[in-house]
Amino acid sequence: MAILFIRRLVQMALILLGVAAITFVLLYALPADPARMIAGRSATAQTVANIRRELGLDQSLPVQFWSYLSNLLQGNLGRSYAQKTEVATLIMARLPATLTLMFSGIVVEVVLGLTLGTIAAVRRGGFVDRLVMMASFVGVSAPQFVVALLLLYVFAATLGWFPMSGYGTFSHVVLPAATLGVLGAGWYARMVRSAMIDVLNQDYVRTARAKGLSSRRITFRHALPNAVLPVIAMIGIDIGQFMGGVVVVEAVYGWPGIGQLAWQAIQQVDIPIIMGVTLTSALAIILGNLVADLIAPVIDPRIRTR
Amino acid sequence: MRVMKELLRQPVALFGILIVLTVVIAALAAPMIAPFDPDNQMFDGLSLEGAPLPPGGPFLLGTDTLGRDLFSRLLYGARTSLIIGLVANGVAVTIGLFVGIVAGYVRGFFGTLLMRFTDLMMAFPALLLAIVLAALLRPSLWIVAMVIALVNWVQVARIVYTETRGLVERDFIMAERSLGAGHGRILFLHILPHLMPTAIVWGTLGIATTVLLEATLSFLGIGVQPPQPSWGNIIFESQSYFQAAPWLVFFPGAIILLTALSFNLVGDALRDILDPTQRGRG
Amino acid sequence: MFKRWLRNTTVATMVAIAPVGTMSAIAQGAPQQGGDIVVTYKDDITTLDPAIGYDWVNWSMIKSLYSRLMDYEPGTPNPVPSLAESFEVAPDGLTYTFKLRKGVKFSNGREVVASDVKYSIERAVDPKTQGPGAGFFGAINGFEDLTGGKSTTLSGIETPDAGTVVFKLSRPDATFLHVLAINFASVVPKEAIEAASGDFGKSPVGSGTFTLKEWTIGQRLVFEKNPAYYVKNVPHIDKFTVEVGQEPLVALLRLQKGEVDIAGDGIPPAKFLEIKNSPDGAQIIVDGAQLHTGYITLNTKMKPFDNVKVRQALNMAVNKDRVARILNGRATPANQPLPPLMPGYDKSFTGYAYDVAKAKALLAEAGFADGFETVLYSTNTDPQPRIAQAIQQDLAAIGVKAEIRALAQANVIAAGGTEGEAPMIWSGGMAWIADFPDASNFYGPILGCAGAVQGGWNWSWYCNKDLDARAVAADSMSDPAKAAERTAAWGKVFTDIMADAPWVPVINERRVVAKSLRMGGADNIYIDPTRVINYDAIFVKQ
Repeated sequence: MAILFIRRLVQMALILLGVAAITFVLLYALPADPARMIAGRSATAQTVANIRRELGLDQSLPVQFWSYLSNLLQGNLGRSYAQKTEVATLIMARLPATLTLMFSGIVVEVVLGLTLGTIAAVRRGGFVDRLVMMASFVGVSAPQFVVALLLLYVFAATLGWFPMSGYGTFSHVVLPAATLGVLGAGWYARMVRSAMIDVLNQDYVRTARAKGLSSRRITFRHALPNAVLPVIAMIGIDIGQFMGGVVVVEAVYGWPGIGQLAWQAIQQVDIPIIMGVTLTSALAIILGNLVADLIAPVIDPRIRTR
Repeated sequence: MRVMKELLRQPVALFGILIVLTVVIAALAAPMIAPFDPDNQMFDGLSLEGAPLPPGGPFLLGTDTLGRDLFSRLLYGARTSLIIGLVANGVAVTIGLFVGIVAGYVRGFFGTLLMRFTDLMMAFPALLLAIVLAALLRPSLWIVAMVIALVNWVQVARIVYTETRGLVERDFIMAERSLGAGHGRILFLHILPHLMPTAIVWGTLGIATTVLLEATLSFLGIGVQPPQPSWGNIIFESQSYFQAAPWLVFFPGAIILLTALSFNLVGDALRDILDPTQRGRG
Repeated sequence: MFKRWLRNTTVATMVAIAPVGTMSAIAQGAPQQGGDIVVTYKDDITTLDPAIGYDWVNWSMIKSLYSRLMDYEPGTPNPVPSLAESFEVAPDGLTYTFKLRKGVKFSNGREVVASDVKYSIERAVDPKTQGPGAGFFGAINGFEDLTGGKSTTLSGIETPDAGTVVFKLSRPDATFLHVLAINFASVVPKEAIEAASGDFGKSPVGSGTFTLKEWTIGQRLVFEKNPAYYVKNVPHIDKFTVEVGQEPLVALLRLQKGEVDIAGDGIPPAKFLEIKNSPDGAQIIVDGAQLHTGYITLNTKMKPFDNVKVRQALNMAVNKDRVARILNGRATPANQPLPPLMPGYDKSFTGYAYDVAKAKALLAEAGFADGFETVLYSTNTDPQPRIAQAIQQDLAAIGVKAEIRALAQANVIAAGGTEGEAPMIWSGGMAWIADFPDASNFYGPILGCAGAVQGGWNWSWYCNKDLDARAVAADSMSDPAKAAERTAAWGKVFTDIMADAPWVPVINERRVVAKSLRMGGADNIYIDPTRVINYDAIFVKQ
């Protein structure tokens, strides 16, 4: 176990290095020049050249990447070009909001998805099953922006149950989390349903049923655990998606998450911020997948950890 | 033939087939069906204040914010969106299935390598890639399809990998193995059928999400450029108008929903018919 | 001017003049003191460092945090002494002497002295600061030595005593008083900058009307009135809170609910008609003309736009009224680079009228009877791609097939500044905004030879040595007595340039801001020509 863990840590570092390298090369390949973005259009060519030199952008790609890496190894993510503030400060300031939204969004997704998926699997082919299927597809086909605004309009602006904007208390997180949950629960419901049906159709379950085991017992003892594995894998995926930022939901609810920071940085070609955010979310994705892989054998002991 | 007959016998599947056929025919025959040129910004297509017109009158589903006929745009948009929803998404699911199943089955160094590569791709900044490609390449539908396939296979691979890991240890696979079945046989005859439900879930829900994703990526400049319509960019262009002009969001949204749902109905029915262990149950 | 000229046209530009402003100010009664207000923006505030901040959102906040030798009369483009009590210009226009106001204090308690002025401008010019504004001070003696790294000070700024600053210029600069009023000339205390060790932009210290009390990154900034400000009863409000990361549609909804007082990003096109036609519409919408021109650049170095007839034909092909209609009437057709309110605008100039038949004939004369294929670049935020599509349809009518490339702004800017890359660019969302209300600021970088270089902003790649010479001549008329002559000379440059038609001037867009019912003050302080929202002048009606 310990060896496995260390091995995964080494792999993690390598993936991060890979992500850093790819992102850096992409940014280098981008024709947009950060120095010009900072300088604006009234700037003289000399001002632009001065800024480029001060930022070290006049150096070759390997030199730039090496100096970035050596700073990174000392825990230094650099300073934002546009904001002139430490990137680490900017990310840390927004991390709690991002983690809160990620966690609550996933909770809503999983609770909704597990419940609806289980009901649909047990009542397969029936009215409820069709209804859940319909709802899943509505959730997936609906544009995020519209759903977020609709929820805001109904539950905050009209009914006044929740604040329209902001961050800090539990009531602030309800609507953004509900938006993410409603949109994502369809995936979970469909996955849970299909994984459970797979088990419900297996010989041993039919044997159990023939022996007179109650269907509730079959559902919870045999079918549901089979659905847990894909759900965990999906949580791992969602951690990645939500960490990278949910720009639209953040903007609608005025949620101070990483997504808006990243979006603005991309517009401004603010390389240190883009690198910082990409690495942070990469780290979260890798950790999410690592945890998913480590939990799997615990839930399904047949899977050997190797 | 047997398959077709059985499909047609199920009302739900029949409904799905009808919708799918309708959409495909609409896409192919768009020039013949469309009442207007989809790109024509008609002077009387906007109100005097410059607002889009609601459904009714000469414009069956209303007009968009430039005074173009929404119905005609949806018909032509079907071409783009079906390619994205079926081809790009199909490729993504296929790659995902393949990588996941292989990594889950062989494991060892090669399996680990595959999964770490998957992790890398998941952490990959897709938006940034889109922006860079937009600056370097001429935009085209195929580039956006490629980016979608490149980005979307990863999730499928993760799920399939996890499921395969569980399946490999099941009794019936162990039994097959001890009977000396070859890897190919086990993979394709015994494991793959169990993954079909997952493939159907991702393949069909994915139709809806990739159609919307196309709009986001095209917005960054790599995909179809205005005025060429796609269901995604019709929604994307107009989503802030959802209160002032709800038809601009509702109709394309409903069509995306119906299409994805219909493919799902057909897929589920097909699986039931083709999977011997499912026959006669359900 | 600003480094991120916005994605949303409603806010794309800032310099504006509302000539009726002063009248309505009287009608609204005298400003009242007190009140806390909430302002929202979509983008986060990048920095409040006056040597670095250069976008349209932080511009007005920096204006209020710091003071400068010169400033503007609220709501007008007229420079007046501010931190300076008085000033003198030598007859040759090369020496400016300023007497500082006495007893003005930074918010850290120290008195502002002449050496602070010198330090602040040197800091803005110093390459180490990485500021965008260095070029504005190019006329000051010693500028090249500082930017070239040969010196760490500007020899052209002298401080004979604590209350006097003398500027020595290397050439006459008619815009120099404007230069001392722009944000880069804001006075900052050296000790605070050193103490902040690089983070001055997040913990600003100035001597302006407001001080920064709180900055919660990604959420809000709280500004409080500076009670010791040197003008009595300025500012009027006690406090303003800036909430960032707010979607403009939601900001408007909150404004209608009374949670927000000023929606800084204005009214999105999707919401404009609804608000305009609502009962409170007239009071919520502040709609003012501004110094903005939206135009299409025609790359004079690329075929077939190297042919002046083709460029003229395109000028006749665009239906500008329709573009105005797509913007719900928030714009008027343009015929010359200068906007109508800019001094120098020629009212009698008619430009090229919309005439499809004539355009076709001209194209045929140029040898393109069947038209040609080309590419039209545009930024990708609503409504720019829609306007590009309207232009595309107009061009199709004369046989010109323009493929649209709607890209992220940074990509469009990069394409524009690369020789031979972008045949046509629709400027929407990036349209030129003057750094100060003077016609000269509309020329050099965007139409002059200096801008027609790799990485420049002259996306037409148009270079007319004759016009450049006339521009230089006009700018050296720094004698105030010659102001009218200078303005006329500039106006002629911009109408003469249209003979070569490097641009298709399309529209002059008005700026639209939304304010809550309790906000008082004339329209022109919400669309201030020099500072977007003038936080010093707005007030709350009790």
